[in-house]
Amino acid sequence: MSSQAELDNSELDRVIRSEYEAGFTTLVESDTLPPGLNEDVIRVISAKKEEPEWMLEWRLEAYRHWQTMQEPNWAHVQYPPVDLNAISYYSAPKSMEDRPKSLDEVDPELLETYKKLGIPLHEQEMLAGVAVDAVFDSVSVATTFKSKLAEAGVIFCSISEAVREHPELVRKYLGSVVPKGDNFFAGLNSAVFTDGSFVYIPKGVRCPMELSTYFRINEANTGQFERTLIVADEGSYVSYLEGCTAPQRDENQLHAAVVELVALPGAEIKYSTVQNWYPGDEDGKGGIYNFVTKRGVAHDHAKISWTQVETGSAITWKYPSVVLRGDHSVGEFYSVALTRHAQQADTGTKMIHLGKNTKSTIVSKGISAGKSSNAYRGLVRMGPRAENARNFTQCDSLLLGDRCGAHTFPYIESKHPSATIEHEATTSKVSDDQLFLCRQRGIDPEKAISMIVNGFCKEVFKELPMEFAVEAGKLLEVSLEGAVG
Amino acid sequence: MLEIRDLHASVAGQPILKGLNLTVKPGEVHAIMGPNGSGKSTLANVLAGRDNYEITGGEALFDGKSLADLEPEERAQLGLFLAFQYPVEIPGVSNMEFLKAALEATRAAQGKEEWDSVTLLRKAREACKQVDLDPQFLKRGVNEGFSGGEKKRNEIMQMLLMEPKLALLDETDSGLDIDALQTVAKGVNSLRGPERGIVLVTHYQRLLDYIVPDFVHVLSGGKIIKSGGKELALELEQHGYGWLTGGQNGDNGKEDQTA
Repeated sequence: MSSQAELDNSELDRVIRSEYEAGFTTLVESDTLPPGLNEDVIRVISAKKEEPEWMLEWRLEAYRHWQTMQEPNWAHVQYPPVDLNAISYYSAPKSMEDRPKSLDEVDPELLETYKKLGIPLHEQEMLAGVAVDAVFDSVSVATTFKSKLAEAGVIFCSISEAVREHPELVRKYLGSVVPKGDNFFAGLNSAVFTDGSFVYIPKGVRCPMELSTYFRINEANTGQFERTLIVADEGSYVSYLEGCTAPQRDENQLHAAVVELVALPGAEIKYSTVQNWYPGDEDGKGGIYNFVTKRGVAHDHAKISWTQVETGSAITWKYPSVVLRGDHSVGEFYSVALTRHAQQADTGTKMIHLGKNTKSTIVSKGISAGKSSNAYRGLVRMGPRAENARNFTQCDSLLLGDRCGAHTFPYIESKHPSATIEHEATTSKVSDDQLFLCRQRGIDPEKAISMIVNGFCKEVFKELPMEFAVEAGKLLEVSLEGAVG
Repeated sequence: MLEIRDLHASVAGQPILKGLNLTVKPGEVHAIMGPNGSGKSTLANVLAGRDNYEITGGEALFDGKSLADLEPEERAQLGLFLAFQYPVEIPGVSNMEFLKAALEATRAAQGKEEWDSVTLLRKAREACKQVDLDPQFLKRGVNEGFSGGEKKRNEIMQMLLMEPKLALLDETDSGLDIDALQTVAKGVNSLRGPERGIVLVTHYQRLLDYIVPDFVHVLSGGKIIKSGGKELALELEQHGYGWLTGGQNGDNGKEDQTA
């Protein structure tokens, strides 16, 4: 992308114009759209996805509104401007011929990390995008899962499929939590999203298994503009896992995903993320910019719980939030964000209390190493109707070394006198005494640091599904290698 | 097993040990006594390899290897154990997890068989019982919210499990009531054996009522000024340190520089 960004504008215009002269039909048939964004591009995306007219209209409305918006600049991150006209907004999955033929052609450093994380060989191939035509074990696993889910009446498919197969649900809920014009990146996503998941859990159903994007393998290539919509109908329960611990490389630098959760009365949604996008080299070069909008609405007696472990990306801009609309609804946010080298993270949450007796908990653990910058930004708002609303926030930062930074930006607004808001914040360093105690017991310093950091994160890890928690611990260990010095 | 010759050491650039000699053979228990500020804790920390505790002259050999050449974890892996004067808390890391990491690292290095989780848990529970510590403490964070006495007993519990060749106890008796002192002493005594050396660093004689040393050394001004048998401790008890340091007990109001 950077090389494309270097093309001067006239050159770009020429390329775009010449391509478009070929006409709309040709564009639909081609695998990759030329860089740039306009209404035609959106029409092509919609046509490629065989979308109904209402979906196209929705995208176009989003696009028109987005054009009036400005990229936000309030976050505690710094990066050169992203040239949105240098991005191609539709690209078919790479054909087998373009991919590495075997793991021998993949970056050895990446393979080394896979090995340390204990990832099986066939999964390594999948993650590294190797062209494999053999059937993975996981394919059959996925098929078994699908039939089990269907039995329970759970819908779990790609968002594109949902637009075609379940239009009544998508139309009702898409954009109901994150409106088209919510923010610059969400607006862009609304106009051009091409990928993502859709989940619907029927009334009173407890989803029989943890849903993971991992098993939606027919869409192995994660999109640049992912859109996820999860609807838990009354009294239902679902646990959803996103991402994986293996470092994911992607040629697209900008990622702007939107995730919407709808927890209808009495429903519970648990959403866990492990994000490990390529953070770039020591200077952050080549790393992913991750600008994500994640939000859920909890109706009466519903509960939404976000748990995230963020270790990747050059830039993370992410605030998974809960709108506690219904009375007695519950919102939770558990987060571990680790930054090292030149990584910058500005992450946190928003808890918007609207209903009575609503309750929210925020536990955020930031770990900074190298020359990275790690900011927690959180908003707790108690609305005028939020009688007896309660929030507890705990925000801890751990510094490794003396070149990194940790920042906390809490915003608290209360419009109801009965609201209770507690905020605790600590900043600590891994002390020499702790390290010496471990070393005196024979434990090498790297293992000691990772043990101390894992201990620091325990409150968050225990919220993750078991297997994920073990992987997350291992991921921190690998990520911290070389952080001691 | 421990051979210290003309050892000079400084803490953060300040000379503390000034020509110390000490030999500990397997099976022996040595007590290092002395007034505050005489360098007792410095000696323990220098031997264990704490940052900023630097050997500036002479040598300290452990099983023939120069300690100065070894990282703290390497010394531990060779079987050198320090029971800390002020054990630090590691929140969120359970005692059990910590012990597992420590035992994996040291037992492998010493060519001892690895303990599986069941064995480890059983041994750890036994060790807890020996020092009168509720096995529930194994699940808690290392020293997290422990009382002073519990921290000290936790140190001895670790020592019992790790079965070191050489155990250094840095003022383990400080802050213990008489019952806890007896419990701790019982634990230490159970480790006494022909293969093991024990060095007790203490200010008071009372620990030595329960752990009877083979040798007592008096440290003052960074040197050992007198050595003797267990009766030396009793004499000290009667006459005070001033008896040996010529009225000057070396106590300048500063604690040993340990923390």
